[in-house]
Order: sequence, then C-alpha cells, then structure tokens
Amino acid sequence: MFGGIDPALLIASLMVASVPILLAATGELVVEKAGVLNLGVEGMMIMGAVCGFITAVVTGSPALGFLGGAAGGAGLSLLFALLTQVMQANQVASGLALTLFGLGLSSLLGQGYVGIKPPHTGAVPFGPLADIPFFGRVIFGHDPLVYLSVLAVAAVWIFLRNARGGLILRAVGESHDAAHALGYKVRRIRVLAILFGGAMAGLGGAYISLVRVPQWTDGITAGAGWIALAIVVFASWRPWRVLLGAWLFGGITVLQLNLQAAGSGIPVEYLSMSPYLITILVLVIMSSGRGRAALNAPASLGQNFHAAR
Amino acid sequence: MNRRHLLATAALGLSLAFGGAASAQDKTKACFVYVGPIGDGGWTYQHHQGALAVQEAYGDKVEIAWQENVPEGADAERVLTQMALGGCDIIFTTSFGYMDPTNAVAKKFPNVKFEHATGFKRESPNVSTYNARFYEGRAVQGVIAGRMTKTNKIGYIGSFPIPEVIMGINSYYLHAKKVNPDVELTVVWAFTWFDPAKEADAAKAMIEQGVDVIASHTDSTAPLAEAAKAGGKVIGFGQASDMTEYKPSPRVSSIIDNWAPYYVKRVGALMDGTYEQQDAWEGIAGGEVQIGEITDAIPADVKAEAEKLRDDIAAGTYHPFTGPINKQDGSAWLTEGQTAPDGDLLGMGFYVEGIKGDIPK
Repeated sequence: MFGGIDPALLIASLMVASVPILLAATGELVVEKAGVLNLGVEGMMIMGAVCGFITAVVTGSPALGFLGGAAGGAGLSLLFALLTQVMQANQVASGLALTLFGLGLSSLLGQGYVGIKPPHTGAVPFGPLADIPFFGRVIFGHDPLVYLSVLAVAAVWIFLRNARGGLILRAVGESHDAAHALGYKVRRIRVLAILFGGAMAGLGGAYISLVRVPQWTDGITAGAGWIALAIVVFASWRPWRVLLGAWLFGGITVLQLNLQAAGSGIPVEYLSMSPYLITILVLVIMSSGRGRAALNAPASLGQNFHAAR
Repeated sequence: MNRRHLLATAALGLSLAFGGAASAQDKTKACFVYVGPIGDGGWTYQHHQGALAVQEAYGDKVEIAWQENVPEGADAERVLTQMALGGCDIIFTTSFGYMDPTNAVAKKFPNVKFEHATGFKRESPNVSTYNARFYEGRAVQGVIAGRMTKTNKIGYIGSFPIPEVIMGINSYYLHAKKVNPDVELTVVWAFTWFDPAKEADAAKAMIEQGVDVIASHTDSTAPLAEAAKAGGKVIGFGQASDMTEYKPSPRVSSIIDNWAPYYVKRVGALMDGTYEQQDAWEGIAGGEVQIGEITDAIPADVKAEAEKLRDDIAAGTYHPFTGPINKQDGSAWLTEGQTAPDGDLLGMGFYVEGIKGDIPK
C-alpha cells in the first residue's frame, strides 16, 4: 500500500483501462508502417463498439460480439481503402470523413440498443494461479482481451521484424515506387493493412462497449481513437513503445482518479494535467536521442500510390 | 460535435426545414436547442421528452422543432439566428454554455421569446431563465446513502466545480451525515459531462477505496454499470433520467429532470397572451425534480424515511439547507433555523464542514 492505493489493484485496472487504445494503436501502427495515414480510428472504434454490442446482444455470446466488432471496424475501413487506394482520394480528408461518418452511422445503428445490458465477459480461468499474492491479481485475473492485446503487440513486433511479409509491408511504407518495381502489389498490401487496422480498432471499440462500460451510448468512445493515433507517433512506430504509451496513458488516467478517491492532498488540476506533461516530457527525451525518433516515420506515409506515375 | 450532428441528422432524415415562414404564422412554433444527442439517456433525452409533451398538450396548435448536438459557442449563435428567422416564436436553449449566444441573439429579435436553462443572464426583456432545484433530490439520495453504507464511505462523481454541482455535493453529504455521523465523503472530479469510460474508471477507483454508495453528476449510466460489476455490494442512483435498466440494484433511486410541466406552461402562456419574463427555479414541489422509484433493495424503514423527506421538501416544510451549517473552514454560514438564500446557493463555491479535500479552482 502506498498513499492508500493498493498497487496490485492499480496495475490491474490500468491494464484493463488501456486495452482499447492499445488495440487500436497496434492496428494503426501496421497501417502507418504500410505508408497509409488513416485518421479514421475514432470512427472505426465506435463502429466496432456498436457492431460488437449489437452482435453480442443478439447472439448472447461475447466472443461473437468481439468478432462482430472487428468486422464492423474492418467494414468501415474498407470504405477508406476504396476511397484512398482505388479512387486516390486524399488520405487525411478521407480519414477525417471516416470518423464523422462512423460517429453518425453508429448513432443510427445503436438507436434501438440504448439501455440494454450485454452478456458478461468473464475472466480467463487460471485456477490456483489467480490466488498467488500480488501477481495473481495483476497477471492472472483478466478477461481474454487483455492478454490478446499484449499478444497482438508481440505478434506485430515479430511480424514486422522477422517475417518476410513484414519486410514487404515496411518496404511498401518506405518507398512504394521501389516496392512496385520489385513486383509487389502495393495497393493490395495496403488494403490488407487498412483492413487489419480497422479490425483492431473495431476490437478496441467493442472492448469499451462490452467490458469497460458494458452498455451502448452515443459517442461512447469519447476520443479514444485520437489518443490511439497520438500513441503511434509517441511510440515512433515501434510496437513495444506502443504498449508503453498505452499503459502510460491508461495508467495515469487511472492513477489520477485513484489518487483523488484515496484523498491524496495533490490538487486535481495537477493530476489532470499529468498525462500530458509526461507525454511532453517523454517526447522531449526521445527526440533528444540524436533525432532518431523523428526519422523513424515511414517515408511514404500519407502519400497515394499510382502505378502509372 | 457539429459535424457529427450534420451526419447524424442527414442519416436520420431529422433535419428540419426552418424556411417555412408562411405556415409558421397560424401555429405557435416552439424550438429547442440541445447540447447532446437525444439518445444520451440523460440530460438531453429529458429535455426532448419535455418538447414532446408540448406537442402532446397542444396538438395542432403548436409546431415543435429541434437541433441536436449544437456546440456551445459561436455555432449556437448561428443556429439560434436561423431558428429565429425560421419563424420560431419561442426558443428553449438547454445548456449553461448557451447563455451568451442566447442573450446576443435575443437582442436582435425582440419579438421572439428566449428561454435559457440553468443560466442567470436576462439582458433583454424577451429572455427568461429556468432551472431546477436538483439539490432537493440530492438530499433524498444522501439519506439513502447514509443509511445504506456499510463501509461508511460514500462517493460523488463531480463533473465540473460549478455552483450547481457543489450544491449537490453539500446537500448529499449533509443529509448522509445527519442519519449517519460516521459517514465520510469521497469526491472525484471527472472534468467532463460525458465520457463513459472515464466515468466508469472514476467509479471503479472509488469502489477500490471501499466506497459502497456512489452518486454521480455526469450524464451517462457508466457509473451504474461499474457498480453492477461489484455484485450487489455497491449501489448508486440514476442521474437526470430514471435509468431503469439498472433496477432494482445498483440503481436504488434516481433524480429525474422533468421539464415537461414548465415547457407546457410557458408555451401555453405564450399562446394565451399571459407570457411574462421570469426567472424560474422549481424543485420537487413544482414537479421539475422527481425522485425515481426507491426499489426493494432498500429496507422499508429507510425507504419511508427518504420518502418522508421528499414529501416534506415538496410541502415546503423543510429546506435541505437549514442551519446551523458551517463552511468547511469552520466559519458560520447559516445560523440555527436559517435557510439558505437562493443567491448563496447559485454562487456556491465552498464545501460544508466535514467534507475533506479542496474544490478545484
């Protein structure tokens, strides 16, 4: 116990609190590594939230709900892929439009689902492991999505680092002309990356409406998608730093509420400010490292590719 | 929010043509400006119920129109101007942040009546203000909280440190303390009206600290959803709307904002020519603040006690802020038997004696 807060409970809640932004940011990292800037994360998240919620309520199965959420996010991202990869529309404008469209459409779809409780998502049964002091609570007491989100980071890290597919994806993001000259299908690879990003954002959204706040309300994601976008930059496009960034953001939000509840004497203003202060601090420290962080952005990020050019 | 609104309305086909000036002459047109979506299940939903009640009460003689998700600020001024030009006879602006836009537009349209919720500026004769005495409902919740807590820790999720919220916190604490002298109040400021995930986190942080009764002053049902996860150990209250989906527990009672009587009365007054500028602040007695059903999760004697308090407030025999009450720093605020003047309440910027912590500035 320090300051009246049980660290085991605090770490356990910060892991849960950061799952949505972690999933969405991991997806967006892959999209941006492929050279596509999709600013529609918020829209895809909320579509995932509403589709996941509806699927879970209709089928009574949280697992199907999460699949539905991923499908909802991927479905909306398909629209983005159509606009930017087929019709060569501007990525920034299309991404913003995607967010606005997603917010409106989710509000429409969710009309009949306000005030309904979704089926309960239980914790993974670890049996006796969950009774270990401290670690039982911190590591073995969560629902499956918490583990899945960390596994997803590991998988993306391995894929980008060691797999041939990851190398191709990065090549497309660094120089689409060179990748095209080598015979890789730039647009196909980018569409697949966009779909993956959409599915991950949708999964993150579904986590909000099915586990974090088990209900549907208009605008339930309340800006989580924008935080996910910021985390990708904050992480300088590296998977494990995405995990760090998500836990930092989630952790400080949870910590400041816990400090308030524990009656610490620290004024609320400082606590509310702290996530942003720490972000600035970390960005300054990272970019002071011989400017490498700034150079890590994929070189073709946000540029459209046309084979005839 | 504005852009989202455009999309939402386009999709729903709800967008209203404000152009039909000709048809507006024979009917009274009542217009409503909302800060959130009608589907928020709380604040805006209740205002819209009031608007529908106006239509219900006067049928063909009245026409209603509304705009959702209107941001507080310059956009509001544009929407209000559009409504005034579009033939609205009376315009209800339903959020505190519309205060200046309402007064600015009202000066340009002296023949249109403006009604601003929760504000205090009435700069021209066609602007009225209205509010509800939510602190009366908080007193009833305080009694339930004080009686029901087993850990003697009760919580309150604050939105922003404005007089209306501080009033609610003080009233809640005073009445919990009255029935349970050992009670301690934990206040967590969320600094948002609407962010379900953050509201849930705030509730969770309190529950981890041993709080077992949670009142909230934010707009969503997320704190109740979080309380429900505790498996019956934690109770809470519906806020702004009844939130019946969490009955019988964790939602054991609620404060319901009921704007319908006021809207019906004001539009009626406009139609029969008795309309006058006013500053309305009604509570349980006027029907604007309703106490939602106290469920069976509460023992009968506590329920009876809470209902008696509600009835005493309604009858005017009891005021929730009756002295002696000291401020947090120990200085006297109200003397024995003195009731709080409205001016003190509307500008309330202090906790009463016994509450720990500071109000953020």
